[in-house]
Parts: sequence; structure tokens; C-alpha cells
Amino acid sequence: MEAYLDNSATTKCSERAFALMQRVLLEDYGNPSSLHMKGVIAERYVKEAKEKIAKTLKVNEKEIFFTSGGTESNNLAIIGTALANKRAGKRIITTAIEHASVANPMKFLEEEGFEVIYLSVDQDGVLSLDELKESVNDVTILVSLMQVNNEIGAIEPIEEAVQIVHAINPNTLIHVDAIQSYGKMKIYPKKLGIDLLSVSGHKIHGPKGSGFLYVKEKTKIKPLIYGGGQQGGMRSGTENVPGIVGLGEAAAEIYEDFSEKQEHLYSLKELFLTGISEIPGVSVNGKTDRDSAPHIVSMSVEGVRAEVLLHALEEKQIYVSSGSACSSNKPAVSRTLKSIGLKQSLLDSTVRFSFSVHTTKEEILYAVSELKTLIPTLQKYTRRA
Amino acid sequence: MYRAFLIKYGEIAIKGKNRYLFEDKLVRQIEFALKPVDGDFAVRKEQGRIYVEVVSEEYDYDETVEALKRVFGIVAFCPVVLVEDEGFDKLAEDTISYIKKAHPDCRFTFKVNARRARKNYPMNSMEINAALGEKILEALPETKVDVHTPEVVIHIEIRNQINIYSVEIPGPGGMPVGSAGRAMLLLSGGIDSPVAGYMISKRGVEIEATYFHAPPYTSERAKQKVIDLAKIVAKYSGPVKLHVVNFTDIQLYIHEQCPHEELTIIMRRYMMKIAQHFANEDHCLGLITGESIGQVASQTMQSLMVTNEVCEMPVYRPLIGFDKQEIVEVAERIGTYETSILPFEDCCTIFVAKHPVTKPNLKVIKRSEEKLAEKIDDLMQTAIDTTETIMVEA
Repeated sequence: MEAYLDNSATTKCSERAFALMQRVLLEDYGNPSSLHMKGVIAERYVKEAKEKIAKTLKVNEKEIFFTSGGTESNNLAIIGTALANKRAGKRIITTAIEHASVANPMKFLEEEGFEVIYLSVDQDGVLSLDELKESVNDVTILVSLMQVNNEIGAIEPIEEAVQIVHAINPNTLIHVDAIQSYGKMKIYPKKLGIDLLSVSGHKIHGPKGSGFLYVKEKTKIKPLIYGGGQQGGMRSGTENVPGIVGLGEAAAEIYEDFSEKQEHLYSLKELFLTGISEIPGVSVNGKTDRDSAPHIVSMSVEGVRAEVLLHALEEKQIYVSSGSACSSNKPAVSRTLKSIGLKQSLLDSTVRFSFSVHTTKEEILYAVSELKTLIPTLQKYTRRA
Repeated sequence: MYRAFLIKYGEIAIKGKNRYLFEDKLVRQIEFALKPVDGDFAVRKEQGRIYVEVVSEEYDYDETVEALKRVFGIVAFCPVVLVEDEGFDKLAEDTISYIKKAHPDCRFTFKVNARRARKNYPMNSMEINAALGEKILEALPETKVDVHTPEVVIHIEIRNQINIYSVEIPGPGGMPVGSAGRAMLLLSGGIDSPVAGYMISKRGVEIEATYFHAPPYTSERAKQKVIDLAKIVAKYSGPVKLHVVNFTDIQLYIHEQCPHEELTIIMRRYMMKIAQHFANEDHCLGLITGESIGQVASQTMQSLMVTNEVCEMPVYRPLIGFDKQEIVEVAERIGTYETSILPFEDCCTIFVAKHPVTKPNLKVIKRSEEKLAEKIDDLMQTAIDTTETIMVEA
């Protein structure tokens, strides 16, 4: 049996998305900027994809800008607004557990003279609203928060955070990295007061190399890529039409029968958690109830190196991620795991399981049963001091 | 502009009556090295020299030079310009235009060294030297003649066509691969073993390799890294037959039964035994390791003695007197360094004791190994039977 439990890394492409992409690649392959019919047809595809996405978020389709994926969306949101608003102030607030595609643009902005404040998180990975309140001031131009943490599945209190920020400075822009949350929960930026929202296509059964940024109308933002002025100049370059239609279709599909899908994910997670709770030496990081993301479980195993467990599971055709990419030559400890205060000995012993709507109960049970035999064996052969 | 390459080989020239054997190997190795290069070439032996002629209309000069630089046995090679014999004035003209291209900075001392292989040429070599030297001085007044220690020697060889060359590109030296025999390299993912393989191959030895894989403790990527290293070594040595041994069960068994601080040394003894098994199968005449005295606990003289004790064939350790930095320099030069330092664990780094023995005693180690008596033969056999063999080509 094969169990692909690494859906937070990437997902299998949806058949519907693929079928549409194939049509766009082989038949309706025009350039949306061309004046002839082929171009018009391609342009229509892009518009339809925008409409589909806008509908899932309850926003205006003109507020959707296609990018090459989550990383570009985050870069555009953060660097683009910082550059456009630097005269209003130079303070930016984010959390200590952001994905590298947020953390590294922040580092870049720090080098460019911006002041970045990193909010700490509690043991469950939830950001400190008190710290947020203390940090916002009248020169704060941007607050960038992830909605679901990619490593432990913590859900951040976006709604409360936005209220706190806007009570102090109504002009502060709010960016939400929704790469792990879009398609897993309902998100309505207008209701929440979000100005910018990043989404990646391949995390929701769309193709790799696709993504979008929601930018609320009239938000001051500068493009990062200059060229032919496509997408209203926000993102030049011939639109990646196959990627865009795939993303649009995948987005529409994932929100069909949504509550059933969400329920399915939560029940998988609960089944998995119950199963692994019986294994000695195993602990789960972050919240486990329905206040956490439905598709991510971060598991630490006393005395077993993550990479070893990962490869042992791989032999059983079970595919997962290690919590922090750490090897003997190049230790790179995860900021998230460190921030939640995970003890030193477990930092390199943490793996992530992540599910998708296609994951079955059988796959979960298979993974649990393999873990039950593998973990005690591996624990036997740990490095003796 | 170059249409041929003159190959210079050093050591082979003194090989007496076996010389033709070495030359034939070298010709074959050059042909092999040029196969992937863009262009067609004819390689031939001719009067104590090897000559690579470009046959195709077009070819990639840089690729050709890179390929020749990797052929063991070549001491140096000269890119040659071929011109038709259309009288001395034309030759002088061609020579000068050649010099302008090959040595654009014209401030050098030179001499002309003519050779008249076709004796019916109207001038003898001394006359050509003098006349051509004069023409060059005339055309390039910044140059100077120095017949004793010239910076540039302009070779003119009168054959059916006239060959002009003056640039000498160093080759790797050594002996053509296939002229010595075959040896088994113990290849890890580290910096040293690929260098060791390169150095022995340089003496004309064909290389096979054994890699010890320990899934799930070492990853598929670690194995891929070893294949990539073998690929780089194969650029010099020719195809490498790589044996990938699954070593996990043996390692775990040793870990279970033997004192932890002896793990590495005992493990290495079994690695040697398995490598030797495949070496015997394929008629190898020795083992090759990247060991260097005192580099790590398992490479002290005492440890080397203990590991060496299981070997019935000679173990070649070309790096034995090298410092790490010297090894790194070779690794960088031959292009294995970047791959070697990729951060994947190999089976030597997992389970390592904090304080492994540095002065193992053979008797003690043998006594520890007695604890393995029950299963080790079966485990070795399984490891040998399940070994995957990969032909790695550059």
C-alpha cells in the first residue's frame, strides 16, 4: 500500500484541473495579450479562473493577481507594500514562525532600513496578541501573519489580530499568508479586514508554478516584476494560462461540498492521533482539537532521528516530511519548533504528516500500524552515548 | 582555427618493446574521451607521436580541450593549425596571422623550430628558421628572438600540409587507463575516496567501486551522491562498475553485539571483506581506500593495521601521506569536491561512538567479533546476494 502523507509539501493535481490545462496547452494556447481570436479565447480563460477564485473568497475578481506561486505572492505582498508605503513609516510586524518566503523578504527589508518586529508564539504556536498590541504604532505600515503554520498546523487568530491592529492604526495593511489554509478553511478577506492574501496552487491540487495574491482595491503596492504591463502592470509577463486555469479549477473544486471535505480531514486527523497516542515515546506538537488545522500533524519521537524515521517510512511507501531539515553536516533547526519551545532532544526528531481530501482511512490505519512496529525498532538502535 | 592536436606523452616513451601496447591504449582512451565531444576526430599514431585530427567541418574546441585534459597518459598537447604549402611567402603570412591570434600580446621572446618531414621542400630547416624568424620580427617589431630560453617556440612542421603550433596545454600525466590492471575502490560519499580512485586510475588502473548503503539510516540521496561522484571519477577513469551493498543489517548486528567504541573498526573490517569478495569476482588486483594516517580514529596506524588484517590482496592508499587540505585541493581540481560536501549522511557517520577506539588491539577486536559468529556469515552472504550493480558512465 502507498500512503502519500506529505500534502503540505505538495498535492496531486486534480483531474478536472488537468483536463482544462490540457485543453489550454494543446488547443486554446493563445496569448491573452494577442488581438486575434486565439488571444481573446485565452483571455477569457484567465478571466474565468479569476471569477472562480474570487467567488471562493467573496472578493472582486479584479483583486486577484496571478503569480508563480506562494513564494512570489508573499514577496510581492511584503516587498511591494513596504516599498510603496515607506513614506508612511518603516515598521513591519510579523511572527517568529513564518515560512521562509515571508521570513526572508523581511530580512531583505531589514537590510533596506525597515524595522521588523517578530511576535513570539506560545507552546501551541499561537501568536501573542499582547505583543501585537504593544508593537503596533502610527508608523506601522504592514502586519504579515500566516493563517496556518506549515509545520505544526497552528491556526493564528487573524480576526482578533486585525481588530487590534486597526484599533491602533487603521492605515496599517494586513497581509495573510494563506498558503496552508486556503482550501482547508473558509476565508473571507473583506469580512476579516485583510488587504493582501497569498495562495499557492499546488497545495490545493492545482499545478506547481501557479498561485495568486489577493490585493484589496486601492491598496498601495509596487510591482516586483516589470515588463509588458500584463495584469494591470502588477505582474508583467505573459500569463501562465495553463497554470492559471488549473489553479482556478482546483480552487473551485476544493470549495465544493466543503464542509464534508473539512469533516473528512478532521476525522482522518483524529483517527491518526488516536492511533499514535498508543506508541510510547511519541508526542504531538501544538493543538490537536478543531482549533488546529485539519490536515497537519507534527509528531516528535523520543530517540529517533526524523530523517531515519522518514526513510524507514519511505521503505513502506509512506511519504512524510521531517520537521526540520537537519543533517550532520548542516544543522538547520526549524524556527517554528524552536519558537514553541520544543525541547532540544526532539528538534531533530520531529516529522510532519499532512493529509488531503484524497487521503483515505485505510491509508491512515496503514501508516499507524507501520509506525507502531517501526518506532520501537528504531528506538532500539539509537546512538548510545 | 585549430584543426589538429599533437599529443605529447612522457613516461610511455621509455617503455621499450612494450611501448606500442601503451600507445595503443592511449589512442583508444583518447578516442573514448572524444566520443561525447561535439565533432568527429581521427586519432592516429605517427612517428612516435599521437595525432588527433579534426575530421568534421565544425567541432567544439573548448570541449575537445577539456576532454583531452582528462586523458591519463597525456603529458601535454598542442593545438595545431594546418596550412597548405603554397610557397614560403604564404607560409610566413600564415604564421604571422597565426601568432597574432594565438599570442595577441606580441611582446615575447621566441624562436622558430622547423622540421622538414617532407624532404623535397626547397629550404632546409635551418633556412626556414632563419627566414621565418626574420619575417616575424619584421611584422611584429615588439617581439624578440631568443634561441636559448624563448618564451614561445613556434613549431613549423613541413608535411603534406604544414603544421604550425606554439601553445602547449598540460595534460594530467600518468599512464593510459587499461595499461595496468583493475582495482576495487571503497567509495564513500566523502572527499577522500573519489580522490584516491582518481589517483590510482591515473597510473593506468581500471576502477571498480563498492559503496555501503544503510537504509533507512542513509537516504536515497546519499546513494545518488555516490553515483554522482562515481560519474565524475569515470570522466577520467572510464566507466566505473559500482557495487551498492546494503549494509544495514550487518551494521545493526555489530551495534547489537559488540562494544560501541569498536563499532567503526569492526564495521570497516567487514566492508573490506565484502569489497574483496567483489574484487576477486572481477579479477581486481587490489583494493583502494582514501585513508590517510591519523585523519580519524579509524585511520590511525593501529586501526589501519587491524582493518588491513582481513585483506588478502594489497590495499592501495594513495592519500596515506596527504594532509586534508592537500586532498581537498585535488578534489577541487578534479571536480569532486562540490559533490562530496553535500550534506547527506553516509554509513560511517551514523552510530559513531563519542570516543571510538584509536589504538585497537587485534586480539581484542577478534574476540569481540566472536560474538558475531552466530549470524554474521549469513548476513554477509545476504548482503552480497542483494548487492545492486550499476555501470556508471561519465
